[in-house]
Amino acid sequence: MSTESSPWEEHFGSRENQSQAAQLGMWIFLGSEVLLFTNLFVGYAVYRYYYPEVFVEASKHLKADWAMVQTLLLVTSSLFVVLAVHAIRQGRQLQTVLVLVLAIGMGLGFLGIKGWEYWEHWKEGALPGEYYRLAEVPERGGSLFFTLYFLLTGLHAIHMLVALGLLGWLVWGALTGKYTAEYHIPVEVGGLYWHLVDIFWLFIFPLLYLVE
Amino acid sequence: MNLAAGSNQPAITYLNHETTVRSWLLTRDHKRIGVMFLVGVIFALLLGGIFAMALRIELLTPGPTVMAPMTYNRMFTLHGVTMVWLFMIPAIPSAFGNFVLPIMLGAKDVAFPRLNLASFYIYLAGSLLTVFGMLWSGADTGWTFYTPYSTVSPTTVTPILMGVFIIGFSTIITGLNFITTVHTLRAPGMHWTRIPLFVWTIYGTSVIQVVATPVLGMVLLLVAAERVLGMGIFDPSRGGDPVLFQHMFWFYSHPAVYIMVLPAMGVITEVVCAYSRKNIFGYKMVAASTFGIAFVGFFTWGHHMFVSGQSTFGSGVFGVLSMLVAIFTAIKIFNWVATLYGGSIDLKVPLLYVLGFIFLLMFGGMTGVAVATTSLDVHWHDTYFVVAHFHYIMVGAVLMAFLAALHYWWPKMFGRLYPERWSFLAAMTIIFGFIVTFLPQFLLGNMGMPRRYYEYPREMQWLHVLSTAGASLLAFGFGLIAIYLLWSLRYGAEAPVNAWGSRGYEWYSGSPPVPHNFTEAPRFEREVHDYTVAEVPRVY
Ligand code: HEM
Ligand SMILES: [Cu+2]
Repeated sequence: MSTESSPWEEHFGSRENQSQAAQLGMWIFLGSEVLLFTNLFVGYAVYRYYYPEVFVEASKHLKADWAMVQTLLLVTSSLFVVLAVHAIRQGRQLQTVLVLVLAIGMGLGFLGIKGWEYWEHWKEGALPGEYYRLAEVPERGGSLFFTLYFLLTGLHAIHMLVALGLLGWLVWGALTGKYTAEYHIPVEVGGLYWHLVDIFWLFIFPLLYLVE
Repeated sequence: MNLAAGSNQPAITYLNHETTVRSWLLTRDHKRIGVMFLVGVIFALLLGGIFAMALRIELLTPGPTVMAPMTYNRMFTLHGVTMVWLFMIPAIPSAFGNFVLPIMLGAKDVAFPRLNLASFYIYLAGSLLTVFGMLWSGADTGWTFYTPYSTVSPTTVTPILMGVFIIGFSTIITGLNFITTVHTLRAPGMHWTRIPLFVWTIYGTSVIQVVATPVLGMVLLLVAAERVLGMGIFDPSRGGDPVLFQHMFWFYSHPAVYIMVLPAMGVITEVVCAYSRKNIFGYKMVAASTFGIAFVGFFTWGHHMFVSGQSTFGSGVFGVLSMLVAIFTAIKIFNWVATLYGGSIDLKVPLLYVLGFIFLLMFGGMTGVAVATTSLDVHWHDTYFVVAHFHYIMVGAVLMAFLAALHYWWPKMFGRLYPERWSFLAAMTIIFGFIVTFLPQFLLGNMGMPRRYYEYPREMQWLHVLSTAGASLLAFGFGLIAIYLLWSLRYGAEAPVNAWGSRGYEWYSGSPPVPHNFTEAPRFEREVHDYTVAEVPRVY
């Protein structure tokens, strides 16, 4: 049994071994996350094929400009997370904390915009399924578009929340000096997760907001 | 070395080094987690078995026998849900995989012991939620939850969907853990070409679990959301497509049948080697065919949808691809038989189950090829023929492997022997009872008895009665096993460290093993199941 004070676990043969295992485990998990979203992407493809015009019309009710801002926020935050990994590899804990906090701020900004956008949809009646009340776009197809929109962005937002929690936990760990130049597996693995959430958005954004 | 005087087992084992309830509930030891999973899946088997008996009793007479039609609908749904999601999928990988996989690799534990424990509790939570849904009012959708009915059924479908969704997470985590363990925790000498075939099959299964389960999870979530929010993804009246559900469902659930059957094949390989005292014939072919099955399994889902309005060309392609699976399976069967051939066979109970397995798998597999033939399937689709087909494999073959594993590794897990004669009797009862239960169902199906029906014409009664008689024999056989295994836990003779003289790597550790499996990492300097060498050098 590893003692609580040492982050190195005894059942691994070596430290590289533990690091490898953590990375591999995370990559597999990320793969399965991708497949989780795949269903929704497939659903999107199918219904876009069934209702091409309606989908285009419905997508005009989204706020593409603000989504662009969100994209910029996310991409920049990813950069900061990369910097965090870089910093902790050299043992610079304070710098790690700083860039992570910046990344968290951008993530929160992203979610803030998302929340406001949801609010606008609510007022407009652009809601999923039986709550759909958008008169300008036909219900057949239109309600499906917004169902998929809310599912995709909602699932993404939930992942953001989890990822933000993860970053917060990393900040706390870095503040208390848990991570060092030798031991920084959680920062690397947590960073990977943030990039995944980022990449999902890079698919969702063009699909929902840009494609005509 | 911790050897008690007068005993050849280690004195301190994973069972007795800590004995508080707390030490079990919070354990990170893969062996204890394996045992807890074993207890969990056996409970599920019991529950599913009770539902099954209720169904068989209802079908004794053509009209109503003991329950109302709606109760019957709930019963078969609960039977299927429990057996597939709570028993079959976790049975071999989570229980036996957890117990022996790290030992076979010479590791002290799996890569992520805490996640492993979490996996058990997630399974428990999902199962409890499912059972809660069953008790609340029970779904009547069948285990496949087909839309659009499942989105409008007045019964409690949502908690059951969520329960199965949660169990899916447990499956993913376990798979992820095993893959990582195989890659990072092999002891010195454990080359890729030496990995025991049971481990290979668990590895292949884990890949399927990680790839397919998220798709299932999402689709179940969508159905639940559709019920709660009226989303309309699968609801044709809102422009949705109910057939889309079937694609997504079977994209998982066809590979899922290999989640059940591949580990079973792994068990069979270990047992065949151990009791014919030979290494497997064609190691590489057997390992490769595992991945052949896993891979092709992803491209065959459409064979469940021959009559859903899919194009004839599509059906043809799915049919042919499905038949490829039978070829890979045949490779394994030939290799087992070739291994038995000329071996010095010791017909112990686990081997008896192997013989049952091979027979039932062939029967089930060949009827698989039959139903994969589009023209024939139009006749058999949704009849008892299909029911018999998948029960031959899932209940017949996979259950045989489960029982083989239980008996083969029993002394390893608990350090006790079970009574040879009773177990022999139980095995014969089960194999015979099985055939009596399900052979008549092929005939029923061919006569046109639809699956999931409450009533049937009088001419069919004798076949149903026969089937119920067989099911009773099965239940009796299980009762016997339960009794003598529980008996052996307390009164069984103490097992020697290597009860079967097996050369499998898992016997390098004690029986039962010490807490971290080995006192020093074993070195693997020979092939697994190499019977030309002396007994296993033990490192406990
Ligand atoms: C190897 C283990 C196998 C298992 C555990 C298995 C299991 C199942 C199950 C559970 C079903 C019924 C699904 C439902 O509830 O509707 C089924 C149906 C089917 N299986 Fe298998 N199967 C196996 C092998 C095969 C093989 C090798 C083939 C083809 C060569 C095959 C072809 C089919 C077809 C075509 C159906 C659909 C029949 C219908 O619904 O009309 N199966 N199988
Ligand atoms: Cu299938």
